[in-house]
Amino acid sequence: MSKRLLIVFSALILATMVLSACGPKASAYECTDSIGCVTVASGDPIHLAYAMVINGPDATLGIDSRNGVEIALAEKGQLLGHDFQLTGEDDGCSAEGGQAAGTKLAADTTIVAVFGTSCSSAARVAAPLLSQAGFVTISASNTAPDLTLPGNENNWPGYLRTAHSDTFQGAAAAQFAVDYLKATKAATIHDGSLYAESLANQFAESFTGLGGTITAQEAVDPNQTDFKSVLTSLAPGGPELIYYPIFIKAGALITRQAKETTGLENVALMGADGMFSPDVSSGAGDASEGLYVSSPDLSAFSEKYSTYFLPKYQEMFGSEPISIFHAHAYDAAWIVMNAIEKVAVQDADGTLHIPRQALRDAMYATKGYVGLTGNLSCSPTGDCANPVIAVYEYHAGEYPPVKVWP
Amino acid sequence: MLRTLRQRITVADIVVWIIGLAIAFVVVYGSIKTLQAGKYDARVWIDLTITGLALGGVYALIALGYTIVYGVLKMINFAHSEIFMSGPFTAVFLALALNKSGFWNSHPFISILLVTILAAVVSSTLAILLEKIAYRPLRYAPRLVPLITAIGASFFLQYAFRGFFGSGLQAYPELDILKGTWTIGSIPVYKTQVVVIVSALIMMLILYGFVMLTKMGKAMRAVSEDKDVAGLMGIDVDRIISTTFAVGGAAAGLGGILYILLFPVVHFFMGFIPGLKAFTAAVLGGIGNVPGAFLGAMILGILEAVGPSLFLNGMGIAAPYQLKDAIAFTILVFILIIRPSGILGERITQTKA
Repeated sequence: MSKRLLIVFSALILATMVLSACGPKASAYECTDSIGCVTVASGDPIHLAYAMVINGPDATLGIDSRNGVEIALAEKGQLLGHDFQLTGEDDGCSAEGGQAAGTKLAADTTIVAVFGTSCSSAARVAAPLLSQAGFVTISASNTAPDLTLPGNENNWPGYLRTAHSDTFQGAAAAQFAVDYLKATKAATIHDGSLYAESLANQFAESFTGLGGTITAQEAVDPNQTDFKSVLTSLAPGGPELIYYPIFIKAGALITRQAKETTGLENVALMGADGMFSPDVSSGAGDASEGLYVSSPDLSAFSEKYSTYFLPKYQEMFGSEPISIFHAHAYDAAWIVMNAIEKVAVQDADGTLHIPRQALRDAMYATKGYVGLTGNLSCSPTGDCANPVIAVYEYHAGEYPPVKVWP
Repeated sequence: MLRTLRQRITVADIVVWIIGLAIAFVVVYGSIKTLQAGKYDARVWIDLTITGLALGGVYALIALGYTIVYGVLKMINFAHSEIFMSGPFTAVFLALALNKSGFWNSHPFISILLVTILAAVVSSTLAILLEKIAYRPLRYAPRLVPLITAIGASFFLQYAFRGFFGSGLQAYPELDILKGTWTIGSIPVYKTQVVVIVSALIMMLILYGFVMLTKMGKAMRAVSEDKDVAGLMGIDVDRIISTTFAVGGAAAGLGGILYILLFPVVHFFMGFIPGLKAFTAAVLGGIGNVPGAFLGAMILGILEAVGPSLFLNGMGIAAPYQLKDAIAFTILVFILIIRPSGILGERITQTKA
């Protein structure tokens, strides 16, 4: 018995020695990058991945961003003679989903860069996993401020975003409430997600700073359908505006139920970019009349957005954009591709080597890139957005909503 | 004497009673504080209570399905929440078509009747099929087997609907005649809520009458007492069980239509939470007992709507509505500590014994 074991072991050791001996000799390129390199053999595609919400009630958000990435990849076609391969995981728009997607993606070492996540809650858990795996992660729709806050424990190396931080959006919403609506009293509702909570708090802070009063700050469970009772409890405070920067399903239901709550019939309703979707329009029905949403200002987008991007979107996916972060995703994809092009080393036979740390550095060094969403320059902590926020108003039965401010 | 008492009371009993007392204390103390603070006037409490009653009415109709199936089969049909979802989810397409042709608002009564019938028929048919395909072959299997099957069937139905109709939201068109309020004794009440509460009450009475007064209902009760003996007495047990599922399914479909009057958006996952709540209501009222299901559902509905404001607001807890399920289920624990078989549950065990 022990003899047989001995034979097996020595065979294994021999095999290891032979294999390790011939390993390095195969390539002339020597990887000196501090966190390693990705090698793409000649003829193989460059592996990019996404972690976005592509199922469930909030799916339009992720699918729309993925469409943006696909348009950019299709436009580029090939990079240094290599095709692209885009695979992905569902981030579920939740911490649990982010954990699952992050873990799965981190295990695949052929991945160069990850687009995502869709939701900030998912980013908080997925970003460290992807960062430790050596990937670059670039999100088109994470807006929680701490993800790129210098010195914050949630700011991970290799994480960037083309979405604006909520610091801008919450403040812009408060400015709108005071300037345009002349509101002095407002209530906020969030759904416990990182995105909604930080936005609601930012709004409350700015609104109070501008001299307004916050009558109540409530929270709900996004999987519920009954928001009548929470809305009823808000009514006695006499808010002129209810700000609920949450996601599509609960957002549509709150819009509908608020109009049917005694004391809230004439209150102004406002959401944020997570509710910029045709599903809100159809889900809320007639109640969507007069609903405000803050969002990136589409009219500040470059000309290429309407002349190239929108027709291309229509051609590839057969519809108008279904959410709001497609252009940010498109820009994110170009930032990644430009950085890869800058740092990749190509062997004579076409094999591509992409040093991971150099790729990160190149992305952070992005300066004055002319994208759809403006001129983008990335900060050392990964903020690449050029934030211009506008407020849009829904009209019953119509999509998209109409810009009203500024 | 003292010794026997000490032997009878275990540590677990004491812990349970301490938990019970703590819950009772929070409820009483929180309520007094809130009422003292006077943030909400009577109007708000009435609104909240009516919201709770409407919610309770919907839960009651779903809970009925859990309870009567438990009565005859002694199994919990976890796929019932999907039976509930299937009715309104299918009927939405009829409603949208009617709305497009203008029929929806020109003939609102006929439209809502058609939609209701379709929802009830779909839910009922699905319930019968479910019983035939998934539960009947397992009738004599150990009790856990059909339970697990039910969970599997629940997932199957959910994702089948997602596959057919997509994961997006579908909204019911609004009915003009149900917009606005009626004034009942100087209090304006939303028409939808009145309709839901009244219809739920009527439907529960009809279903209770069916179980208590008709021959079929009598046979159902006989089967729930003892399947084998009922069979020997010439009752077609299979047919009775099918009928039970049909009635439970139809009630769920009707509940589904009431639900969409309150929350007019359907979604493949919409059954999960109401189903869970209705199951809770059935347990709260005493599972297997029809009036118990109704009572449990009403209590749960009101607790959810009023509880967070009443118990937590006075204690200065921010954003209490986040905790509404926690409150509802904590009270459930409290009631089950006092009455382990549910509020009306004992009557059943007595008659069975």
